[in-house]
Parts: sequence; C-alpha cells; structure tokens
Amino acid sequence: MSARVIPRIGHIASNTFREAVRDRVLYNLIAFTLLLSGAAIFIGQISIDVERLVVVNLGLTAVSLFGVVIAIFIGIGLVSKEIEKRTLYTVLSRPVRRWEFIVGKFFGLAGTLVVNTFFMGIGVFAALLYVAHKFAAADASILVALYFIILEFLIICALALLFSSFSSPLLSAVFAFSLFVIGSFAEDLRGFASLSHGVMRWIATGAAYLVPNFSALNVISAVAHQQPLGTQLIVQNTLYALFYTAMALSGAVLIFERRNLK
Amino acid sequence: MAAIEILGLEKTYMVGFWRKRPKCALRPLQLTVEEGEIFGFLGPNGAGKTTTLKMLMGLVFPTAGTARLLGREWTDPEVKAQIGFLPEQPYFYDYLTAHELLDYYGQLSGVPARDGKRRVEEVLSRVGLTDVKGLQLRKFSKGMLQRAGIAQAILHDPKLVFFDEPMSGLDPLGRREVRDLIEQLKQEGKTVFFSTHILSDAEALCDRVAIIHKGELRGVGRVEDLTSTVQGKVEVIWQGEQIPASMKALGAECHVTGDRVRAVIAENQQDAAIDALRRERIRLIAITPLRTSLEAYFVEKLQHSQASAGQTVGTTV
Repeated sequence: MSARVIPRIGHIASNTFREAVRDRVLYNLIAFTLLLSGAAIFIGQISIDVERLVVVNLGLTAVSLFGVVIAIFIGIGLVSKEIEKRTLYTVLSRPVRRWEFIVGKFFGLAGTLVVNTFFMGIGVFAALLYVAHKFAAADASILVALYFIILEFLIICALALLFSSFSSPLLSAVFAFSLFVIGSFAEDLRGFASLSHGVMRWIATGAAYLVPNFSALNVISAVAHQQPLGTQLIVQNTLYALFYTAMALSGAVLIFERRNLK
Repeated sequence: MAAIEILGLEKTYMVGFWRKRPKCALRPLQLTVEEGEIFGFLGPNGAGKTTTLKMLMGLVFPTAGTARLLGREWTDPEVKAQIGFLPEQPYFYDYLTAHELLDYYGQLSGVPARDGKRRVEEVLSRVGLTDVKGLQLRKFSKGMLQRAGIAQAILHDPKLVFFDEPMSGLDPLGRREVRDLIEQLKQEGKTVFFSTHILSDAEALCDRVAIIHKGELRGVGRVEDLTSTVQGKVEVIWQGEQIPASMKALGAECHVTGDRVRAVIAENQQDAAIDALRRERIRLIAITPLRTSLEAYFVEKLQHSQASAGQTVGTTV
C-alpha cells in the first residue's frame, strides 16, 4: 500500500467535512438549541422531580434523530451527487483508488456527525444543569449514550453510502430510513424469530441478524432512569458497530469498484 | 517510448429494460501516440471520443482490450500522478474557491506541500484566474470554469495531458489562449491528447489526428499528410476587388472576400497569372499549393463511412 493512501483519504474526508460546513449542515444546531432550551424552560416550570428524566430523554432522542436525518440525507448524496455532477471524474483521474474515495467520504461524514454530536452533547448537559442545578455522578452515563449514538451514526453513514453506490438518492433514502426503523426494533424482531416455527423461523432469524441492531445501541431510557451500563455492553456494542460498519463499507466499495461512471 | 498505446479497447453497453440489447459505443480501437505529440481525436458528437477518454481514465471499464500509458498499465493508479485530465464541460465543487480547489487537487495528486502553494499560484496565473482565485466556483462563468478545469489538469506538472473538448465554452480570445497553452505544453515536452469536433483547432495545433465515427476509427495520420496537396492546383491571393480579364482567361475560379481576391488556377498557369497581375499593377499577396482542408478530409471520411453502413444495411436486407 502506498504511503500516500492515508493522507489522500484524509484530504477527501476533510473536503467532505468542509462541504457539509459550507452547505450549512451545522445550522441544525440552531434548531436543536432552540428546541432543547425551550423544552428545558418549559419542563422546569411544570415538572416536579422528573426534570432530569425528561430532559435526558428528550435531549438524547433529539441528538439521535437530528444526526440520523443528517447521516441519511448527506450520506445518500455522497457518491451519487459526485457522479451526477461529474466532480468525481477529476478525482478518480488522479492517483486515487475508488476504495480510498469511499472511505474518505465515510470519514468526512462521520467527522461531521461527531462534531455535531459534540455540540449537541454540550447542549444536553447545559439543559440538564439548567433544570437540575447540579450534575450527579450518574450523569456520566450520558456520555456513554452519546458514544452509542455516534456508533449508530457510523452504521447509518456506511449504509447510506452502500445504497448510494448503486441506487438513486431517493431510493437510497427510503432504504436507509427503512433499515433505521427496522433496526430500532431489532430486539423485537429477534424475539419474534425465537417464537416462530419452521421456515418462518429461519427467515425471521436471518432478517433479525441481518438488519443493524439499533435497539442494542439505544440506552437513552436506561441512562434517563440512571440505570448502570456495564463495560461489557460498551465493548460489545463497539465491536458490533465497527464490524457492521466495516461490512457495509466493504459492500459499498465492492459495488463502486465495478461501476461504470457514464 | 509511446505515451499512449491503445490495444483493442472496446466498449459495449447492454441497454433496454432487461439490459439484454447490446449497444456498441466503441469498436476495437488500436492507436499509438508518441511522446511529445499533440494528438487530435476528432469525431462528431456521440462518435466515441469521450468513452475512449473515460476508459483511459479508469472511469468506464472496457468490454475488452487494454492500454498502456507512459509505458505502464493504464490501470496502475501511480501512473495517474503523471497524467492530467480535463473532462468535457467540467463541473467542480462549487463551494470551493479556485485556490482551494487547486490546493485540494494538488494534495490528491501528491504535490509536495512545500511546492503546492507556489504551483497553485503559477497555474492560476497561467490560465488567467489570479484575480478571481478567492471567488467561489459557483460564481464562475462557463469560460472561467473551463480555465479552472485546464488549471487542475496541468497543476501537478503531468507528462501526459488529456483534454476533452478544451475549447468548449470559451470566447475567441479564450480559445486563442488555450491554443497557445497547448503549444507551450508541447514545447515543455509534454504529450497532449485532445478530443474536439472543432476542426480548425485541430488543424492549427495537432501533429497527428485520428478520426472516429460511430465508435470506429476511420483514419489516422499526420495533419500535413491528410491535408495533402491537390495535384496540379495553386491558390493565388491578391489585394483589391478587381478581377483582371486576363485572369479569367486563365480559367481561374475567383472569390472576392473583403479587399482580397482568392483564385484557384492550374499549376502550369502560375507564371502567366503573376505576369497578368503585374501588368495590371495589382499587389500579389500569396501563391500557395492548394491543399485539401482537414474539414474536407473529415467530411469525406464520414460520408464514406455512412455510405458503407448504408451498403451493409442494403446487403443485409
């Protein structure tokens, strides 16, 4: 592997990040801030003893949903927009391999979402401080929930890239969003599979393990209720998310490597 | 060493709803371009020029065949560090400024960071974009985008440059500048391969040209060979609008354009024509052997290929 591979991926990633910033993607933070500060003030006035629960629930759910929408809507255009606008021609005619392009694009979008999540996380902690007036030791688990949300974004980015490598932006959005919804109920799907019989059981089990298990990454309710999160869960979720992301990215690369750019 | 060796590259797309109907975009193409040449790849729209260029750039995969660029396999990513490419009607990241765009492409091409800034400034100046280097590309006109496209193609000082319709979208001054730039690239020892359907550009610039039509190579050769002398005829040009009777008597076909007259006469009448103009005290501007223009050659090749296609269809029917 050439020594220039990593810098090239870095340049593609930083250009993708720059595009997101200049396309005013981070403006969503304004909407997020307005939503969260409004909710914190409102809840502070009407709730008794459950302010923390509501703010953590609402804040982390908003972080997740805002990020998922960004991941899908930018992710689906990462490749198709470059093909449609032919900006890809002047990139791939340089010593850039197709897989480097895909990986660079992935890291660029992932970086955008990490920065976005960082600022939203600060917003969640600020709202929490406003309603609870102080931090508790259990609030550290909010960081774990935010970390899991970032893992969720990695999977969605990779899936959006995978779909974007062979289908139109509209279909890619439909596929990615459907998988997000189904994956959010992955545990229920696994439960349904274990109750089924015969061929149905095989099909349901296959589907349950094929879709991304977003329900395992969703610990918002547990964090809001101050339930402890084990180290094992963190390791397990990290390995699962990295494996799933790597698989989806490999699929995107395999398809894109064979694609004619007409 | 040949700069470009195209060894039987061909491309067939499967079209239709079920993708079962083959459509040939390029028939097996054999072509060699020597180092230091300016080579014109000519053909009407849809002839297969862009498909060929896209295959050489690795954007489209050939159905069969192979190619070598600068003596190496054309699929070798490292060979691309020595290649510049301007696509047809280029479109760039419009949220970037011209300077940022070139900086980015320089990084991707492996231009060392210490040379990058200097190279970008040099190239911007060379294509006349220094004054607008801080402007986002979304505010660029078509001609400015074309200049930015040329800049990114030569930024990393490549040995081999591919231009797809480089004069497209440029005003006459811009076209002249691009022509000068292509000539400069040749003087610097670079090989330039450009596709065009503007024949005057090809005739003025190219050492050799190839003509492609309906995905098939119809002719290739040196421009002066293809535009060979028409046997036994010369062109006489003189100042004024007057056509002396003695010239008409020589059987000259005369055309008046502005304050000049252009006449075509038999070669053996040349001395008589000069004498006739002297007698009338008319200022002679030039006498040159009459040549077939590249356009005439091009049209002949296209008509010939259409006639052959018609004949084939007739035979098949």
